[in-house]
Amino acid sequence: MRLDAILRVVAKFVLPFILVFGLYVQFHGDFGPGGGFQAGVIVAAAVFLHAIIFGLDQTKLIVPPVIVETMVPLGVLVFAGVGVAAMLTGSNYLDYSHLAHDQIHGQEWGVFLVEAGVLITVSGTMIAIFYAVAGRDRK
Amino acid sequence: MNILSPLIDHFNYFIIIFLMVSGLYVVVARGNMVKKLVGLMLFQTSVYLLYLSPGKILGGTPPIIDENFQIYSNPLPHVLILTAIVVGVATVALGLALVLRINEEYGTIEEDEIFAAEDEDK
Amino acid sequence: MISSNLPALQVVLPLLGAVLTALVRRGQIAWFIALVVSWTMPMIAFALLKQVLAEGVVSYALGGWAPPLGIEYRVDLVSAYILILVSLMGALVVSYAPRSVASEIAPERQAWFYTMYLLCMCGLLGIAITGDAFNAFVFLEVSSLSTYVLIALGRDRRAILSAYQYLIVGTIGATFYVLGVGLLYVMTGSLNLADIAGRIGDIDNIRPLLAALAFITVGISLKVALFPVHLWLPNAYAFAPSVVTAFLASTATKVAIYLLLRYLFSIFGVVFVFRDLPVTEILITLSVAAMIIASVVAVFQANVKRMLAYSSVAQIGYITLGIALATQTGLTGGIVHIFNHAVMKAALFMAIGCVVFRTGAVKIEDIAGIGRHMPLTMGAFVIAGLALIGVPGTVGFVSKYYLVAAALEKGWWWLAAIIVISSLIAVVYVGRVIEVAWFRDPGAAIRAAREPPLEMLVFTWILTAAIVVLGFDTELTAGIAGRAAEVLLTGMK
Repeated sequence: MRLDAILRVVAKFVLPFILVFGLYVQFHGDFGPGGGFQAGVIVAAAVFLHAIIFGLDQTKLIVPPVIVETMVPLGVLVFAGVGVAAMLTGSNYLDYSHLAHDQIHGQEWGVFLVEAGVLITVSGTMIAIFYAVAGRDRK
Repeated sequence: MNILSPLIDHFNYFIIIFLMVSGLYVVVARGNMVKKLVGLMLFQTSVYLLYLSPGKILGGTPPIIDENFQIYSNPLPHVLILTAIVVGVATVALGLALVLRINEEYGTIEEDEIFAAEDEDK
Repeated sequence: MISSNLPALQVVLPLLGAVLTALVRRGQIAWFIALVVSWTMPMIAFALLKQVLAEGVVSYALGGWAPPLGIEYRVDLVSAYILILVSLMGALVVSYAPRSVASEIAPERQAWFYTMYLLCMCGLLGIAITGDAFNAFVFLEVSSLSTYVLIALGRDRRAILSAYQYLIVGTIGATFYVLGVGLLYVMTGSLNLADIAGRIGDIDNIRPLLAALAFITVGISLKVALFPVHLWLPNAYAFAPSVVTAFLASTATKVAIYLLLRYLFSIFGVVFVFRDLPVTEILITLSVAAMIIASVVAVFQANVKRMLAYSSVAQIGYITLGIALATQTGLTGGIVHIFNHAVMKAALFMAIGCVVFRTGAVKIEDIAGIGRHMPLTMGAFVIAGLALIGVPGTVGFVSKYYLVAAALEKGWWWLAAIIVISSLIAVVYVGRVIEVAWFRDPGAAIRAAREPPLEMLVFTWILTAAIVVLGFDTELTAGIAGRAAEVLLTGMK
């Protein structure tokens, strides 16, 4: 990697904001446009930017591939787990009504957890695809 | 004008049909595997439009209950197509991954060259 | 609590299993998880069948949102039948799998293999259980995407190529299907299958319905591998790992046929499809072409797996023939052949899997004389092959009996003759393998071959025994198939 001061400095400034914006999109999903899919891609984009500016090896130190490959099933586990938890409360699968003390809070918590699962899986998948493709040897 | 009016009334469907047919044509006619996937994406996009365009109601607002607005657009197609887009992305990602592997194994992604290589093997 | 949530568990357990196998990432543990999940599945399926027989249609509102607005899981006799078929085949294949997988797939990929297998299972069971048109598309893609990966895991580099080709064709098929569903949604305003079936009669302008029917039928036919659009199937089956071939041949196309049955009979209705439109003529032409042409092509294959794959295309022709007749007997024959063909093809591919495990050979000339060194394996192959031909005393005879009877009921003796001719071609291609395997002198590689490990042999023979037992006792298969045909012919309401 060439020493490209402007790119590096700007990237360092921008990265935290991208991540915060990702979280904003994630949590704003309850009230307006947003949610796990979009947030997941934004978070993954932050990682891509880091990899493009600082090199893949540096990024893999911060976000190790093992964690990324665990994130993919983990998010699905959270999602499916919420559904199973709903079943344990006596409701149908993915019916969050009884997850909290009343129906409104139950639904809110259910959707919150499901969106968290989506965030984990989507960002994990995106980063995993990026690693798999970017890490290939050139022929 | 009367002859054109069905065209104008249903212009969204003509766009959809154009995209669909051109996408399918690319899939069938191109030997390059990446181009085939591009055609496939085009084809899928036409279906997204088929769902989305009837869901939009002229003058309709997002379906949030408000006394000032009585006409709402149908939100369901958007949700369905969000799912379909995710499925489409997954398909293309998998397709590209397979193309990468094919390129590593055969050294080319042109279909006719690959089939020629296979025929030599036999 | 468990009994009321069975429909959800049927789909969720494989999904959870897939997640767990992806998290543990060790082949052995992953196999164990897959085994536990796979044997739970038939239990749930049988429990559901019991509920259906006792109480009628089981409806489950996913997320507590009542149908037709919410996604409904709906189990009737037809779906229960398919659920049992898929889950049982999955359980048997997984029990058979570990050593075959270990020998054909790299160690670091074995856990992923079971993840993909369980996802595929989840998708296939989901298609059979869901009562929502769009949900069916999602499950169709879940099963398809995992299938592409499973095929690409084959040892030969052509496996990747056939996976890519299947991906292109499969995606076009699924997109056609979703196009048809979109047209149906625009016309009826509903995605719930039962709701669509109720509303479809009130529509005056039938042109969009015709387009929807055409798109859905062609889309699903690509997945079914109906004759002119079957070209993805032989390569995919030939180059996929043996276990994958056994699993796919017995489940994937069958579930697609189930979806076709749902649309032709439950949604569009017998009158609309078979009386007003020339679907019977078209389907019979294609089925007959499949039965004759694919069988003839099978005769000339050098690769055993490819030969069996072409035979699958021909056998699918029998199933669609039964569907096309759209009579009680014909439909019973078609549905019972779904089950019977799954059993015999799984047995055949498992037997070939044993041969591949011991010798690595899939070419017919390479397995010369193997019958003397692996008599039990090839014995199973012979019995399953006889079933493929339709010899009395095997399941193949049961289905062909119904089909011939249905053809004669209609007075179409020529159709009965074609069924017999197609069976005679099957004698040629099955006989060719049997002749080479039993009556030729073995080469050096074959002389060293021994019987495969116990579990591979046992589960191959369980299926082989089922071929004979179900060939005599037709109550379980033909009995339920007959009632399922009644359900389909009377419509969804």
